[in-house]
Amino acid sequence: MGLVHEIDYGTPASRAEKQITLTVDGFEVTVPEGTSIMRASMDAGIAIPKLCATDMVDAFGSCRLCLVEIEGRNGTPSSCTTPVAEGMVVHTQTGRLKDIRRGVMELYISDHPLDCLTCAANGDCELQDMAGAVGLRDVRYGYDGDNHVFAKSWGALSDGTANMRWMPKDESNPYFTYDPSKCIVCSRCVRACEEVQGTFALTIEGRGFGSRVSPGMHQDFLSSECVSCGACVQACPTATLTEKSVIEIGQPERSVVTTCAYCGVGCSFKAEMRGDELVRMVPYKDGKANRGHSCVKGRFAYGYATHKERILNPMVREKITDPWREVTWEEAFAHIAGEFRRIQYQYGRGAIGGITSSRCTNEETYLVQKLIRQGFGNNNVDTCARVCHSPTGYGLGQTYGTSAGTQDFDSVEHSDVVMVIGANPAAGHPVFASRMKKRLRQGAKLIVIDPRRTETVKSPHVEASYHLPLKPGTNVAIVTAMAHVIVTEGLFDEAFIRERCDWSEFEDYAEFVSDKAYSPEAVEAFTGVEAETIRGAARLYATGGNGAIYYGLGVTEHSQGSTTVMGIANLAMLTGNIGRPGVGVNPLRGQNNVQGSCDMGSFPHELPGYRHVSGDAVRDIYEALWGVKIDTEPGLRIPNMLDAAVEGTFRGIYIQGEDILQSDPDTKHVSAGLAAMECVVVHDLFLNETARYAHVFLPGSTFLEKDGTFTNAERRINRVRKVMAPKNGLADWEVTQRLAQAMGLNWAYDHPSQIMDEIAQTTPSFANVCYDYLERMGSVQWPCNDKAPAGTPIMHVDGFVRGKGKFIRTEYVATDEKTGPRFPLLLTTGRILSQYNVGAQTRRTPNVIWHDEDVLEIHPHDAEQRGVRDGDWVRLTSRSGETTLRATITDKVAPGVVYTTFHHPDTQANVITTDYSDWATNCPEYKVTAVQVGPSNGPSRWQEEYEDLSRKSRRIEGHMEAAE
Amino acid sequence: MSHDETPFDPYAKLVRMANQIGTFFESKPHDEGVAGVAEHINKFWEPRMRRHLFEVVDAGGGDLKPIVLEAAGTIRRPAPEERKAG
Repeated sequence: MGLVHEIDYGTPASRAEKQITLTVDGFEVTVPEGTSIMRASMDAGIAIPKLCATDMVDAFGSCRLCLVEIEGRNGTPSSCTTPVAEGMVVHTQTGRLKDIRRGVMELYISDHPLDCLTCAANGDCELQDMAGAVGLRDVRYGYDGDNHVFAKSWGALSDGTANMRWMPKDESNPYFTYDPSKCIVCSRCVRACEEVQGTFALTIEGRGFGSRVSPGMHQDFLSSECVSCGACVQACPTATLTEKSVIEIGQPERSVVTTCAYCGVGCSFKAEMRGDELVRMVPYKDGKANRGHSCVKGRFAYGYATHKERILNPMVREKITDPWREVTWEEAFAHIAGEFRRIQYQYGRGAIGGITSSRCTNEETYLVQKLIRQGFGNNNVDTCARVCHSPTGYGLGQTYGTSAGTQDFDSVEHSDVVMVIGANPAAGHPVFASRMKKRLRQGAKLIVIDPRRTETVKSPHVEASYHLPLKPGTNVAIVTAMAHVIVTEGLFDEAFIRERCDWSEFEDYAEFVSDKAYSPEAVEAFTGVEAETIRGAARLYATGGNGAIYYGLGVTEHSQGSTTVMGIANLAMLTGNIGRPGVGVNPLRGQNNVQGSCDMGSFPHELPGYRHVSGDAVRDIYEALWGVKIDTEPGLRIPNMLDAAVEGTFRGIYIQGEDILQSDPDTKHVSAGLAAMECVVVHDLFLNETARYAHVFLPGSTFLEKDGTFTNAERRINRVRKVMAPKNGLADWEVTQRLAQAMGLNWAYDHPSQIMDEIAQTTPSFANVCYDYLERMGSVQWPCNDKAPAGTPIMHVDGFVRGKGKFIRTEYVATDEKTGPRFPLLLTTGRILSQYNVGAQTRRTPNVIWHDEDVLEIHPHDAEQRGVRDGDWVRLTSRSGETTLRATITDKVAPGVVYTTFHHPDTQANVITTDYSDWATNCPEYKVTAVQVGPSNGPSRWQEEYEDLSRKSRRIEGHMEAAE
Repeated sequence: MSHDETPFDPYAKLVRMANQIGTFFESKPHDEGVAGVAEHINKFWEPRMRRHLFEVVDAGGGDLKPIVLEAAGTIRRPAPEERKAG
């Protein structure tokens, strides 16, 4: 055990190919050209003292501690800012250097408190380390003079008056403190905020001795632009910026590398522990998705894991109106097995099913679908991807032959034009957004297609060249109009198309898009986007160099979601932007393991590895291994399960880690479906909304409490490592296994690695994946097999997976969800940085300080017409239902469009959304709902009833009523 | 206001879904489009859904688009219901 130590090389790595050899303290070292002397020395194992340098940011050269002497050069240059040269002879430790360093340190310490024993950084303080390294033994200046250390003047000459230089601690951020008295003004935090995060929230105010770090315009952290990503805290060499958890607990004693359980970026973190208490999560430099960066959720918002509302015992109840009764695991499993078998006997084999979790591990997801296919004897399994990226699977599968996103995240470093469609990475995929913005600040161009002027459109030092603020529901028209421009203006890459795609299909597609009906001038009328903007964007994407498309749920969650995905795939093929770094089609996946849950056979028509259940060869593999017949018919998708439940042919469900009542559209229909079932089993951390209709509750375990793997949006299989025992007693894979055993299956996995072995054995794209290999490689991107032993960072390099890329006609069909006199506005939904999905996790952390309720964004024009003022309660009505929330007036949304998030159950945004869905996959049309907005006095009747029912449904016998 | 609760009509929903699929494939050459509709429904629709679809088809087709009706010939008819009671 012990802490995982990462070497700080002081300055970032150089990517130059040319190698330079120099001598440092007599040792010869060879490094890429452009490397700093500091980094080269560290390569040779020699750590030059430093304070303002750290390898997450560029060299700055301010602390004057890292000075070296170079033979044949005058003076003592700083090693962080001096690049290596051939044959250079460097000395890092000479009498002169020692004297200078000691002098510099003495000055630093003369304005620094000496409360080291009680300081939170004790044991992890670079200033203390450097004082030791340079042999500082005395500070001759005393503390009597000008200083930032003491609140009142201090020392022999003190008159007890206030010290105007002193500033109190800023504790406004819920996760870290800023103590200006400990600041050495090294600027590492300021540079981390700029260079790594790209928010530019911090600056150095004042000059000379008066210089200090300032969030925003001399504000506190919370009211500044700070997004609480933690990069500054990580960069700080002292206790100036410190996690509150470290202040409370103390320094960690061991750390384990694991993977964040929030979004699909899949950041690697070191979980730093003391005993079984999590002290902090620190982003891991070797994490290939995040490269040492983090966001507020992964870095700080893990408190839900120990939240008091977490349920730790299994519970059963006869009727959903009864209070819960705590039972033993055995009782719970026996009850479920008995009920599921009874239901199947009474209503048929297909009357039960399950939902795998996109938040659980690959291994756990695999087991749930196995339980359903082997134990239930049907294919009624689905997953959260149904409501997010199922159109990606279908659209990319049709055009390219695989649903896989084509790139790794590193690829964006080689992009020249980034086109973001229906996604707001700054809020939804913040660590990727930071990496993208870094590239944009280097000069890459940005195109954003989004109804809202999101923070991705314009942020400090980043601005989209083109923003296409389209009317919700018109994606296909816009994407096809872009293809029209590319084809009719001859901007397509003929050589690429001839080599990689089916030429006759291209000709058909070219003819289709060349129709005047798809000209930007023609679509302008109903998309609301000016023709010249569409033309400009298409030209830039086609001719601006490496063009990469990143897209999100604003593409998929439409009646024509799958068609838009095909349209995007067509654009990339037209322009030859496939098969190399810097280009590609990249779905930004929502949940930590939504990619993995799809890979693991969570869809009702597919076995693991995206192989249709009707294929005999595939079924043979599993039939031989599992000893049962696999149903040849596709099973029910989530919306179909609910329809069948309302009809009475679907009566039992096992839901692992998914809150369909809150997350799925048309809440009333979802609740009607759940209410019609006889045995609803919810397996979760909390009594979530769906649990209101549950008969059995199985307590879940967090990502900190189990071993496994998550697969992120770039197909990267990352290890999840257990850092503490499950508080509920069993990891989720063990729960599913025990349930399977209760249903008569002879499963006997001792460890998730054995489950991965079974996955690898049965799924060609995972053939070489095993825990030992992941241990060695850190992570791999599937396909990982004998053809690609090191995994596949970039897909379709030598040709498309399906053979020839397939152009498919993408005819625009207006959604049936139309505005009219009753519902004249279009509602679109999305999310916010600090909250995650239905908020079950983030609402149970101090993240609520940033977003404690969902609000409705409405344009000033629409607000004025309705007499709505900023902060007013408004009633939001659609043909499905109504809810009430507060309005915020903003021109981020266009007139005619309103927007809200769905993080809070009391808002119930999904009471409003309808049952319309993508034509190919039934992915709900969350992004377009015709609504009306009007002033209101407060919560709707539905919300009040809901609140009341929620409270009643959470009663547990023998417990005080849970207060939320 | 929208308090008027319309009872759930599985047929209407499935007809709508089938027509959506039909609409997509209408932009293809005719035969390819018809085959596309059938293949799509065969691949993704659970037997209960196809059974309802055939109930509509057998009753004259209702509001189903011509391309869906044409495709019905090659959509797999599901096995009879195995439901035992209830």
